Order: sequence, then C-alpha cells, then structure tokens
Amino acid sequence: MTVSPAVPKSWYLPSKPHKFCPGCGHGIVLKALGEVIDELDILDRTVFGCDIGCSLLSWNFFNCDSTQTHHGRTTPVMVGIKRGRPDLITIGYMGDGGGYSIGSQHLLNSAVRNEKVTLILVNNTNYGMTGGQMAPTTLPGQKTETTPYGRDTELTGYPTKGPEFLSALTQDSAYIARATVSNYRQLKRFIKNALRNQIEGNGFSFVEVLSTCPTNWRTNAQQTLHFLEDEMEKHFPVGELKNPLGKGDK
Amino acid sequence: MQAVIGESKKAFMTGNEIVTWAALAAGAEIMFGYPITPQNEIMHYWTRLAPKYGREFLQTEDEISAGFTVCGAVQAGRKAFTATAGPGNVLMQEPFGMAEAMRLPLVAVIQQRGGPSSGTVVYSQQEVTLTTFGGNGEGHRIVYSTATHQEIFDYVIKGFNSAWKYRFPTFIMGDGYQAKMREPLTIYEPRERGIEMVAPYPLVGKPGHIGENRDPAHLCNIYSLEEELYEVVMRHAADYERIIPEIIEYEEKECDDADIIVVSHGVVSRAADDAVKALRAQGIKAGYFRPITLRPFPQQQLRDAIAKSGAKKMLVAESAYGQLYRLIRQEIYGETIPIEGLFMPGVGIVDYDIITKVKGII
Amino acid sequence: MSLIRIALAGEGGQGVQAIAEIMAEAAYNQNMQTIYIPNFGLEQRGGVSIAFLQVSDRRIGAPKFNKADVVIALSERAIGRTAGYADENTIFVYDNSYPVPEAEFPKKARKIIGIPAVETANNKLHPRVFNIIIMGAAIGLTKIVSFEAAQEALVHKLGYKFEKDPNLKELNFKALQIGKEMAEASLQEGVEVHA
Repeated sequence: MTVSPAVPKSWYLPSKPHKFCPGCGHGIVLKALGEVIDELDILDRTVFGCDIGCSLLSWNFFNCDSTQTHHGRTTPVMVGIKRGRPDLITIGYMGDGGGYSIGSQHLLNSAVRNEKVTLILVNNTNYGMTGGQMAPTTLPGQKTETTPYGRDTELTGYPTKGPEFLSALTQDSAYIARATVSNYRQLKRFIKNALRNQIEGNGFSFVEVLSTCPTNWRTNAQQTLHFLEDEMEKHFPVGELKNPLGKGDK
Repeated sequence: MQAVIGESKKAFMTGNEIVTWAALAAGAEIMFGYPITPQNEIMHYWTRLAPKYGREFLQTEDEISAGFTVCGAVQAGRKAFTATAGPGNVLMQEPFGMAEAMRLPLVAVIQQRGGPSSGTVVYSQQEVTLTTFGGNGEGHRIVYSTATHQEIFDYVIKGFNSAWKYRFPTFIMGDGYQAKMREPLTIYEPRERGIEMVAPYPLVGKPGHIGENRDPAHLCNIYSLEEELYEVVMRHAADYERIIPEIIEYEEKECDDADIIVVSHGVVSRAADDAVKALRAQGIKAGYFRPITLRPFPQQQLRDAIAKSGAKKMLVAESAYGQLYRLIRQEIYGETIPIEGLFMPGVGIVDYDIITKVKGII
Repeated sequence: MSLIRIALAGEGGQGVQAIAEIMAEAAYNQNMQTIYIPNFGLEQRGGVSIAFLQVSDRRIGAPKFNKADVVIALSERAIGRTAGYADENTIFVYDNSYPVPEAEFPKKARKIIGIPAVETANNKLHPRVFNIIIMGAAIGLTKIVSFEAAQEALVHKLGYKFEKDPNLKELNFKALQIGKEMAEASLQEGVEVHA
C-alpha cells in the first residue's frame, strides 16, 4: 500500500512529483509557501508568477493562478497585475540571476516605488537551469562553468547582497528578509510575514532564500549542507532586515 | 465608463494629444510608460487627464518594464497600453514577444523616430520591420499605420477593440511628424458612432473558488517539448490567418488604368496622394495604393490593383531604406511588375520628391 | 485660399513657436486646414528653432515642405539655417535691426525684406512684444488670417496675462498692428532678387 505524504492543500497534485533535481532546495521553499497560502487562506486570490530558470519549474506547482514570464521580468509582470487588480495577492518567484542580474533594475525600482508585491528570490549561487554558470551570488573562489578556476573578485567583484541593498532603498513599510532552507520554521515564518505585509497593504515584501544546488555544485549530501550552512551563511547573514509587522509575529 | 468626449466636436491638436483622448475614449484604464521623444506628450497629457476619469499611470524604470507591466495589467483584466519610439521600441520587443506568445491584448502606440540606434528624435518610417516582425516570433501582430490626425483618433480606438477581440498585440504606428504636428479633426465617443467597445476580462484572478467552481489558470509561454511549442504557434498562425480578411485595411485611388502605382504608407501617403493628383493633371497615369494595416498586409488587394491596371511599374516611397519595399516584395511574391524605390531614411518626403522620381522612371 | 507655407526661424527664446502656434490656432478657428509642426530636434534647448506652418482651404498633404512661400528668419544663424527654404517664389524676411553679411542671404528669392523688429520693440514698444511684431508682419505678408482673427487668437492665448495687466493687451495689439504695417510697406520697397 502506498501512503501519500501530507502536502499543502494549495499544491497542484497533477504536477507532482515535481521536476527539481534531488537535493535541490526549491521544493522546500515551495512547500513552505504552499503551507503559508493554506494558512492565510488566500488561494483564490493569489497569482503566482515565475521567472525563467529553475524557478520556472514551479509554474504549475500550485492550485492558484500562475503565469510564466521572461528571464528577469517577473517583477514588472507582477507589478502590472497588482496595479491592475490591487485585491489580488501577487507572488513573484525567481532565482538570483533573474532577480539580481538581468532583472535587477526591476527589483531595485519596484522596491523604491514600494510596489505592493511579494518577491521570493532563491539564491543557490549559480545559474542552475543553464548549466551552472557564475551568478551575482557566486562566492569568492567558487568554481562554476564560467569561473572554472574559481570566482576572481578582482575580475568579477563580490557576491550581491540583495536584502542589504534593498533595505537601504526601501521605506519602513517594506518587509526584507533572508531565510535559508536549512531552517524550515524560520523560512516559513519569513515567507508568511512577507505575504502578510502585502495583504495588509504595507508595501514591498522580499525574501531571499539561501538554497542548495548539488547538481551544479557537484556535491554529495554532506558537502551540500556544509556549503549552505558554513560557506553561504557566512557571506549571507540570515534574518529579518526590515519587518514593519512588529515583533512577536509567528 | 464615464463619457470622455461628450458631444462629438472639432479639435485642433497634436497627434500625441489625440492618442491620449482616443485612449481615454476607448476606455483605456492604465498606461505604463517611459520617456522617449517623440512620444513623451502622450504621457504628459495622460497624466493630466487620467485622474479626472479615474484612470491610472505608472512611469516605469525602462521600456522593458513598461511593456511587461502592460502584459501584467492585461492579464489582470485591465485595458492597458504603452507608447514608445526608436530604441524604446527595440527594448519593448521583448514584452511584445510575450504578448504574441501568450495572446495578450497589449496595445502600443509607436511614434517612429530616426534610426538606427538613437538616430534622431525627429521622424522616420524606420520602425516598420521592427513593429511588424520584431522579436523571435512570427509577426502575429496587428499593425495600423496612420496618415492623418483623424486616423490617429479612429485607429487608437479601433486598436483597443482589435487587441481585445482577436487577442493579438496591436500597434498604432505614427511618427514624429504626426506626434508633434497639429491638424484639425473630429473627436467623438465611440458609442456615438455605433462602435461597441469590447469589454476587457481577466485571465487570472477570475471570480469563484478554485476546486469548487473554477480551475486555476496556469498561463504558459515556455514549453518543454518542441511539439508543444509547434502546436501553439500553429494554432496562433491559423487564428491569425483566419481573421486576416476582417482586419485588412487599405486605400486605393486611380489604379484602374494606372501605368505606375505609387505605394506608400503612413504620413508619406499624403505626399503620394498629392503627387498622383499632380501627375494625373500632367497626363501621367499614376495610381495610389496605401496599406493601412502593415500586418496583416493587404497583399491580395495590391495584387488585384496590379492586375486590373496592367501597370508597368511600381514605386515604393518611404522614409526608410526599403523596409516597406521588402515587406511588399515578400507579400506579393510572384508578381513580375518591376518595383522601384524612393528611399529617404529618416527624412520627410514631399509630393515634389515623388513626382520627380516618377517622371524619372516611367 | 490656396496653400501657403511659412517657415519661421529664430533663436531659442525668441518666441517663434509661440507665434506659429497662435497663427495656427487663428487659421483653424477660421475653418482653414492647418498644419503646424515645430522643429523638435536636439536644438529645442537653445539654438535655432524653426516652426513650419501650412494653411489652406483644402486638405494639406505632407507636413513637411522643401520651399516656403514666406521665410521669416530672426537671427543671423536663423538666416543661414533657413536660406535653403527659399526659391524664386519666396518672400524672405529678416530683422534688419543689426547688420547681416550679404553672403548669408538666400541666392534665390522673390523678395528679401528687412524689418527692424528688435529695434522697434526696444525703442517704441517693449522688448517682450518683439515676436508679436513678427507675427503681425507674417499676417501682413500672407493674409492667412484676418487681423481680427489674429487679435482673437492672441487674446485666447494670452488672455490670462491680459487680465492681470490690461496695458499688455494694448501693447500686443499695437505690436501686431505695427508689424503688419511694416510688412505691407516693405512689400512695396523690398529688395528685388533675380533668380
């Protein structure tokens, strides 16, 4: 007898099992998001938009309405939907390349304009879908397909710190946090806060999630966790940088 | 929706101002825009008038964003539009492509300026290839090329209806001259002329409860399998080809017995019209043909004009180096009539230019 | 009235676009077909500004034209920029308040007329109505609109200023009148140029 695991109600079951690689962190982020959508009871009015890249594999992950965009352009599409229908809850889902590189002007300016959208950006330090090239978030010395001898900071600079620069740009009504798939309860809490901040009409809400990519990192399970928890979290401190909802939120 | 124009009335305005009034009259709810000459005044008038009619505006960070926010707003069920020119039109090909792929009722006004690159801020007809066949798609777009201020008003209104009825991105293509010049016209409520505006509708966020009385909308624009994409594009192509007869518009004068047919589009057709009249007065049998829709192109109508006239030559006059010329050649492939070009890229054409050219080649 | 084509050129700030717009409005109000197109090149912030105006009782073709019936050039640079719009049918008007080198003038013109607009404005009226003198001259030369229609269009455009200062209206109307008279007189005396 097969016993199905407990899954969020908002998951779209025909698309399961999902298509992410074994050991990929996307599934954990999307499980947390699914549980939050259930708990906030917003399925009917949620529009989930996904970028191109591995994040695209989430396009039919949920039972809510979803729309595919172009690489880097999820933010303006979600802004357009939200401006068109402020009653909808818009969630943009993207990778570090889409958010911090090709779509950085959209991310930055939507933050400045305090667009009332929630953006979730998955940081796995590389371009996964295209085969593991250097991303804005690639760590110094990290080997990728386009930095085969390790990222040389003299040539390509240091990893982009998204939540930090967005914090500097936004007003107090913005919600800005960095979570990690290695701390599920905190991840879910941050995602919930980011959605509550939009629902309450406060403004721009952003969560970067540190995630894993064993396929392109070429790591085993132990090495993967080590890279996430010891290497990445050293460069990218986890926590809430801005939370207008106040303390004591669960 | 609130009446904007009221009783139809005469007006004396710039083309950019007319775009704004027409978009308001057509029920456009939100404009997304980014500054570029010569379309800026569309935004200027819109931002002044829109709040009076409960309409909205967002100045985005660039043209890419302006195009994609329009894509988002129309998915949310809003009549949205943008306006651009030149290098902005280049950047917008990305969202225009998405609108083609996802069949989004995007409306864009293109006020052509000189190119390539930043070119001039003045005028040209050099955005024909880009607007009709830009992007990595198949040109499944509707492109109207206007020649008068009355047409700017008429076709902006018609453009919103074409976009929402057929669900292909729709372009109203003017130019810097039309944008900036003033000319008399009549403005009106579409209803007064018996024009029923197509009501917008949402693609996401529809009413109802998921799992109870509606399914989730999963809108796609990328496919895993080549066969999936093939099916989608072929379906779009079939839809597009089916509606061509309903969309095609053109103007033809004096072609029945013409020895030479002058083909032009947009503002140049005004000079062509005068030139053909002057040539006729001098005993030269010239004819006039003007595609109003550049996509889809009135190719059968042009073939018919060639056939019935028995014309020995065709002259294509345009403020570009052969963009209309190439479009015509591909559209009337197989016709043996020799085609000459009067190419004046980025420069205005007057009747004298056309008359002189015709006399030189006939 | 058959088609009349006017090119008006001056330094940025001399107000050539303003008067072209007022004349266009006046012609439109008299149910004429009218096309007014400002130059809008990079020179719209400083440099020579050219206004193209066409008025006719019939539908007007191209918004652009190669040769004008009347060219009015208000600075030395403007003369150089607009000489090409003149041919043997053109009346070419310039401001003769200051000397202009012979070489700057168009090679072909029906007539070249000097009008001391700057001098007249500064000495007899007020520097700010310089462009209105020019507008009066343009109307005197072309008759594209009646004097009364030009006055009405002026009131329509500047009415809010006239309300604040009633003397302004008087001043503008006077400038318009002087410009018209100077043009009409010059038509008799202007330098004949043989093509």
